[in-house]
Amino acid sequence: MIASKLKIGLVAAFLIIFGLGLTLYKATRLGLPLLPGESREVWTIESKISFKPASGPVEVDLKTPQALGGWVMLDEHFASSGFGFTVENEVGRREARWTRQTLEHPTTLYYKIQAYRANADNLPDYPVQLESPPRLQADQLTAMERLVELLREKSTGPETLARLLIQDLNRDEPDPDTAFLIDSYSGSTQQLMLDAMTFAGVPAHLVRGIQLEDGRRRQTLSAMLEIHDGKRWVLLDPVSGEAGLPDDFLVWQRGPGTVLRVVGARDSRLEFALVSNNLPAKAVVSMEQQSEQFALLDFSIYALPVEQQGIFKGLLLIPVATFVVVLLRLLIGVKTSGTFMPVLIALAFMQTTLWVGLAIFLVIVSVGLWIRSWLSHLNLLLVARVSAVIIVVILLMATMAVIAYKTGIDQALTVTFFPIIILSWTVERMSILWEEEGGHEVLMQGGGSLLVAVLAYLVMSIPLVAHLTFNFPELLFSLLGVVLLLGKYTGYRLSELYRFREMVKPQ
Amino acid sequence: MIHLVSPRTLRKLGILGMNRRNVGYIGRCNDRRNYRLVDDKLLTKHAALDRGVPTPELYGVIEYQFEINDMVEELVERESFVIKPVQGSGGKGILVIVGREGQGFVKSSGVVIDADALRRHASNILAGLYSLGGRNDQAMIEALLDFDPVMAPYSHEGVPDIRVIVYRGVPVMAMIRCATHASDGKANLHQGAVGVGIDIGSGRPVAAVQQGRLVTHHPDTGALFTELKIPQWQKILELAAGCAEMCGLGYLGADIVLDRVRGPMLLELNARPGLSIQVANQEGLIGRLKKADVIADTCHTDGERIAAAMEAFSVDRMVPLAEQAAAL
Repeated sequence: MIASKLKIGLVAAFLIIFGLGLTLYKATRLGLPLLPGESREVWTIESKISFKPASGPVEVDLKTPQALGGWVMLDEHFASSGFGFTVENEVGRREARWTRQTLEHPTTLYYKIQAYRANADNLPDYPVQLESPPRLQADQLTAMERLVELLREKSTGPETLARLLIQDLNRDEPDPDTAFLIDSYSGSTQQLMLDAMTFAGVPAHLVRGIQLEDGRRRQTLSAMLEIHDGKRWVLLDPVSGEAGLPDDFLVWQRGPGTVLRVVGARDSRLEFALVSNNLPAKAVVSMEQQSEQFALLDFSIYALPVEQQGIFKGLLLIPVATFVVVLLRLLIGVKTSGTFMPVLIALAFMQTTLWVGLAIFLVIVSVGLWIRSWLSHLNLLLVARVSAVIIVVILLMATMAVIAYKTGIDQALTVTFFPIIILSWTVERMSILWEEEGGHEVLMQGGGSLLVAVLAYLVMSIPLVAHLTFNFPELLFSLLGVVLLLGKYTGYRLSELYRFREMVKPQ
Repeated sequence: MIHLVSPRTLRKLGILGMNRRNVGYIGRCNDRRNYRLVDDKLLTKHAALDRGVPTPELYGVIEYQFEINDMVEELVERESFVIKPVQGSGGKGILVIVGREGQGFVKSSGVVIDADALRRHASNILAGLYSLGGRNDQAMIEALLDFDPVMAPYSHEGVPDIRVIVYRGVPVMAMIRCATHASDGKANLHQGAVGVGIDIGSGRPVAAVQQGRLVTHHPDTGALFTELKIPQWQKILELAAGCAEMCGLGYLGADIVLDRVRGPMLLELNARPGLSIQVANQEGLIGRLKKADVIADTCHTDGERIAAAMEAFSVDRMVPLAEQAAAL
């Protein structure tokens, strides 16, 4: 007994000191800040070019992003396994080129950059040049003429004309001319917009770039419309028609031309994985550069592809949530239904936000319980019954999503983030509990589970916690040590101080 | 304002908490592989039969759904019986039939059910509704005990069973759980059953507690608890102590019932006995467990251990808890 306690104490102490030591080392020697503090949102963007082999030599050209609108590129990194690789610099244009004589397997090439927006600048000047009018077929031409004529009548200048055009094209039921044009352009509204603007005599081009979204994988290029209103260039959102460069849009290429050109291969795709990090920009860069010198950094989360970094950002928070469960169960004595069910609920809350999540959870569980009480009269076998509950829960979620969408409560659409199987088991267990122990016990355990889930959610959404777990994952060793110690805790739970209160009272 | 006790007071009074029970006693004394014998009531029964420990007679076991109909046919012949899940926990899923009324079966609460309800109950047991973790289960059918008339006034619609905590073969603490109307015929203390602490030395009640409060009478039958004297107390302790060796657990709860004819019988064993026995006895477990360690180290036979326990844990030697608390 003593020996085992000592052993655990030693192991735990070692783990705690090891974790804290590594953290301190990284903080002092490598200059990673312990507090989120003043920092910039640094985006790590990984471009993934994948293609399948065809006959002959392969050549892949990728334009690198033009850092426009106040964006600053910190670092870039090319991965070119087995390919010849060159970077070509021309005026206003930079291209990465991978080449190879033969290709046998489907291949993926990577290009990673880190960037942040230093100033919210506007896009710089750009030569004004009206493209030659598009070549249209006779019926397209008449439709285009009518469309442009109509727009001209309603507008006061090039900018309003462009906005009206965007509105027209995005309407659910466009007028016959517009509908015909969209159809004849086989749905490519971007090209149609460009042609319509040229037709109307307004210089215009597309600005391609990435919609930035933290943790996003498989993001593709999107485009904005830029027009010249006679004095200056105006950037317009092709869906909402809003003017100006949004904060979350990284310009990759301005003006005509392709971003990716692949010769000698087929089915080529360009996708992006994105992760943002709140760090002093310097720290992120030094992290990248030092990773070759310091084995420790080379072995950190930063060494992973961005796609996986995004996943780990979420995963590394789970230990913190389980720690909350350990504390609440062992020290407080909160009753929950299913030991780690609250962690999963808390993870769902992270996606839905707290109040919406609580509302969805309560609705699903209470309606699920109501339906389950009807199922219990049918005297079904257990597996069939739980399956029935799962189906009912999914139907409920679908119904909620549809109702929410129709009534415009978009938040409720996040209902899909709830773990269905866990919810169904919760419903099943609560219902049995209700039959055997009564509603009081259901409220106790259900309330306990929700309390733990909410607390775990609150802890996980502290920015400091997210910062520490992602940048100093070695702190998990310390957490592990503390959990080991708690596993040997033999003191009273808070609930027991209440439970045994009557015993001590002088009677 | 919620009134709480300070942890220091609880520690001084030697009250055992859940964490300490799990780490210090269950985790340390109860080998995981011995759990099967107590969690599976059929195995418990076989082990008891092998050692000649009396248990209620087994009428039959239902393992598969198709056996349910045959079993019910047989049960029509019987006047009274009990159906319970083999791997049930906490008294869940136990159906007690005390008599017949035409084609119907009379439950202990007096409600009459038909054969269909019996089938449904058996089917639920097999599906694992009442077993730990929802595993598929078996249903066992046992004889209903003809419990000793001495105990009858102390239970409402249920069988009063005697719970003895046995630590390293030494009976440490005992209580009777008396079902009440409030507990719906169930013997769970947190649902309103009365827990009556029993003096290990004499088999006489120490205190009776309902929902944490001291009571003197059974709330439904009005019987006075101080008048209770459990017959064959020595035999009960011997039976409980014998179970420890039978199942190999160092810390266990033995549930025993008194039959009118056959005397004390083992109902079931529990590898994780609850802590409310301390409330029923108005006494902490830790002090007794420490004394029991000494007894277990010095005595070598069940007889010696029981004699030492009856001597050491006699209520005459105990200072009432309230006085201890007041002295702190």
